[in-house]
Amino acid sequence: MLFLLAAGLTLVFGIMDMINLAHGSLYMIGAYLMASLAQATGSFWTALPLALGATGVIGAALEVALLRKLYERDHLIQVLATFALILITNEVVRIIWGNQSLMLNAPAGLTGPVQLPGGMQYASYRLAIIIVGAAVALLLYLLVTKTRIGMLVRAGASNREMAIAMGVNIRRLFTAVFALGAALCALAGAMLGPILAVQVGMGENILILAFVVIVIGGIGSIRGALVGALLVGAVDTMGRALLPIAFAKIFSPQVASNLGPSLSSILIYVLMAAVLFFRPQGLFPARG
Amino acid sequence: MKKLVAVAVLVCLFPLAMQAIDQGFYISFATRILIYAMAAASLNLVLGYGGMVSFGHAAFFGAGAYIVGILTFEGVTSLWITWPLAVAAAALAALVIGAISLRTRGVYFIMITLAFAQMMYYVFVSLKAYGGDDGLSLPSRSTGLGVSLGNDFVRYYLVLTLLGLVLFLLHRLLNSRFGRVIEAIRENETRATAIGYPVYRYKLLCFVISGAIAGLAGALIANQTSYVGPALLHWVQSGTLMVMVILGGVGRFWGGPVGAAVLLALEELFSGSPLLGPFALHWQLPVGAILLAVVLFAPQGITGAFAKKRQ
Amino acid sequence: MMIRAAIRTAAIIAATAASFGAQAANELKIGYLSTLSGPAGAIGVEIRDGFNLALKMAGGKLGGLPTEVVFADDTLNPETGKQLAERLIKRDRVNLMTGVVFSNVMLAAWPTIQEGKVFYIAPNSTPTNITGKGCNPHFVSAAWPNEGHHEAAGLYAKSKGFQNVYLIAPNYPAGKDATTGFKRGYGGTIAAEVYTKLNQLDYSAELAQIRAAKPAALYAFLPGGMGINFIKQFVAAGLSAEIPLVVPGFADDQDIIRAVGEPMLGIFDTSHWAYDLDNDANRKFVAEFEKEYKRVPSLFAEQGYTTALFIDAAVRAVKGKIEDEEAFHKALMSAPTRFKSPRGEIKMAHNGTPVQDYYVRVVAKDKQGRIVNKKVGTVVTGLGDYWAKDCNMK
Repeated sequence: MLFLLAAGLTLVFGIMDMINLAHGSLYMIGAYLMASLAQATGSFWTALPLALGATGVIGAALEVALLRKLYERDHLIQVLATFALILITNEVVRIIWGNQSLMLNAPAGLTGPVQLPGGMQYASYRLAIIIVGAAVALLLYLLVTKTRIGMLVRAGASNREMAIAMGVNIRRLFTAVFALGAALCALAGAMLGPILAVQVGMGENILILAFVVIVIGGIGSIRGALVGALLVGAVDTMGRALLPIAFAKIFSPQVASNLGPSLSSILIYVLMAAVLFFRPQGLFPARG
Repeated sequence: MKKLVAVAVLVCLFPLAMQAIDQGFYISFATRILIYAMAAASLNLVLGYGGMVSFGHAAFFGAGAYIVGILTFEGVTSLWITWPLAVAAAALAALVIGAISLRTRGVYFIMITLAFAQMMYYVFVSLKAYGGDDGLSLPSRSTGLGVSLGNDFVRYYLVLTLLGLVLFLLHRLLNSRFGRVIEAIRENETRATAIGYPVYRYKLLCFVISGAIAGLAGALIANQTSYVGPALLHWVQSGTLMVMVILGGVGRFWGGPVGAAVLLALEELFSGSPLLGPFALHWQLPVGAILLAVVLFAPQGITGAFAKKRQ
Repeated sequence: MMIRAAIRTAAIIAATAASFGAQAANELKIGYLSTLSGPAGAIGVEIRDGFNLALKMAGGKLGGLPTEVVFADDTLNPETGKQLAERLIKRDRVNLMTGVVFSNVMLAAWPTIQEGKVFYIAPNSTPTNITGKGCNPHFVSAAWPNEGHHEAAGLYAKSKGFQNVYLIAPNYPAGKDATTGFKRGYGGTIAAEVYTKLNQLDYSAELAQIRAAKPAALYAFLPGGMGINFIKQFVAAGLSAEIPLVVPGFADDQDIIRAVGEPMLGIFDTSHWAYDLDNDANRKFVAEFEKEYKRVPSLFAEQGYTTALFIDAAVRAVKGKIEDEEAFHKALMSAPTRFKSPRGEIKMAHNGTPVQDYYVRVVAKDKQGRIVNKKVGTVVTGLGDYWAKDCNMK
């Protein structure tokens, strides 16, 4: 699911050459809209497209009104502007929805566990998330590699000036890409809502993680985002599951219970540092 | 120059004026601004002059603070021991982090510095012996000057002196050969390499100096608040320092200090202020809006906007 | 020129400030430092609402004095908290302080409060450094000792005869305090102690381990957003049907229920208060709270409410003479004998922490179909702070 967010971010980041810290805010807005719409309509599945559409529109509006002015500026200015946006959206969300976390639960039918072949139990909703994530990955892949829009996007990513010279309406394209990125955020927010807390600040928690993913994967590469997300997820989970056990074998229990969790919590950052050390452009650089 | 003297006089007289009107609180508030001014100035060195966007500067700030905190907790209070150690530790951290991170550039550099800062953050969070996530209250302030650092006046003037010293050294540094090379590297790294400068070493040295100054600022903040906690190393802290620099003016000498003063003053003005009425609890909203306005209308930061106006 | 202008401005400021500076002696000024905004603001607002309710019901007068509350928002940044504490004490010259929610802010602000010799009445639990070895007559808690809920939960697990309890907590001091407190009350075999990353989002690895360990019960101390994440995932994984989940009372109250809803039904917790406690003070509190804020109060709201009652009783006992520190300390320590708290009887330990009863509650639907924490029974009566033994104060 981290992949969805990372994919949206990498689109915006790589193609538009824009650092967007407010990406996490769009994720939060998506989750909040989803939670309210799900309560209003009473159905998870009707709320989902509505929330995606609405967040996409908000994203597009933000792009047209504000972010468009920032493309020409350097990364620093973008960081500051989007940092300001985080402060603003957090407070606006608090004014509209209040302080308390919202309720958003999995749709009926996906609440319990399922029996996997081999006798393992697995939360059915998590299974649904994996399926959706894989489907979106496939769709994005097809969109980027097989369609005309995808071609334009790739053109914009690899050489913006050339694309403009070839007569591509880069402004409209960017707005569309940003809206798509926002919708992906909303999808991530909506799908994760039932297993994570829907609260102010949820965006920042996951934002750093998403950045780690795209940096590992290589900025601007959807494939990189997918691999990065899988890698980060795997390393994080394995680290948490295995490290304490491994340490318990080597050290005294006292040391192990202190060391294990500390080490596993920094593991993904170690991973990122290591990847960048050997491949300073990430695993799948989009640009040459 | 005239202006500089005027500002210096004002800054020196400030605590006396505050004492006179019985508002001692603002002395320690101003001390905090001065400390952050130092941290922001150190970040501006790498960010503005060196062109290295370090998103993990809080790591050095926090390292300096934690060294003082831990040593004080263990009973070592003399500032002649703890402060140099804090600076050395921060410089060492900068050396290691810089040596690895400077292999990358651009966005990747931003992210790798962030990664290192986050690693240190989690290390300190799980250090139960030194408070972990709760942080550490310092049993006493640093000693060694013959006067108590518990006194607001002493602290203010000590910090002011150190800030003046640091700014003076920075000024000298930037106007030396080293400063010009660093700026040349920022403008065109390939050319600097071609001319024959050891670019990597220059950048690393710049990074280490900056880290050391941030470490000193950290040692001061530990004494100011008598408390160190992992929040000092959190990425939001790095972001705040960056915001200060950008707000003040990237690559402008007074950018860091001005940005620090303006941002902290804004926070102080708006946090829970009756000015905002029912929105008092949403004070981060106007702060965000002002930041956004600065970005859109004064891309060179506050100092930049003033310089332009004069022209 | 500049200098003269500066001096003139300073003089003007001085004149205006002097007019504010004069503090009427017949007025109570309370410095309320809390985390009210930002992601972590929900608990602070809940406590404040409880506090404000009591203040309003007292007609804006605590201890018979017109009361002004100066709010300051630390945004969960300890350094800001310290700065604001200084502002409240040195600039606003408050007579009393209260409000802090999080222990890191408390640790940062505490030296300032101590230096300012201002009494602090805690509306939330406080780190053992302040109540144990470092105890101080200026500190009184109207909430619960740091490990109270955990120790009670351990006692509950023992009374139910659970063998093999699995513990999970975040990897930070409060997490370790939680497991220590639980183990002290429980004393039985522990299947495993697992510490997770602070603010962890995904718990699939831990849940898989729990499933494999097949413990008799699971005790989870995961406050705030972590708790929401964990409980949602715990239920989705189908573990709720197999393993009884026990949590401390502050980790599954109304704020969490509103965020999770139905999946929480059947979770047990231990708390110093329950919304359906059978006493007049509590019925009045719950009814007034629901009328004022249109929601069911949580234990945090009760803490804020009791804090205000505490101040009210103590200030009244010394007839507003807070300056007499010894008398006021005595008044604070004996305050609970002079008012009725919604949680029932409170005694004070010599380190300023409450000795009180703990109840076990279960998340269930009430008559109107709302999801609430219902009282099931009393776990322990008159449980005090274990760390009071380290406090040399008398």
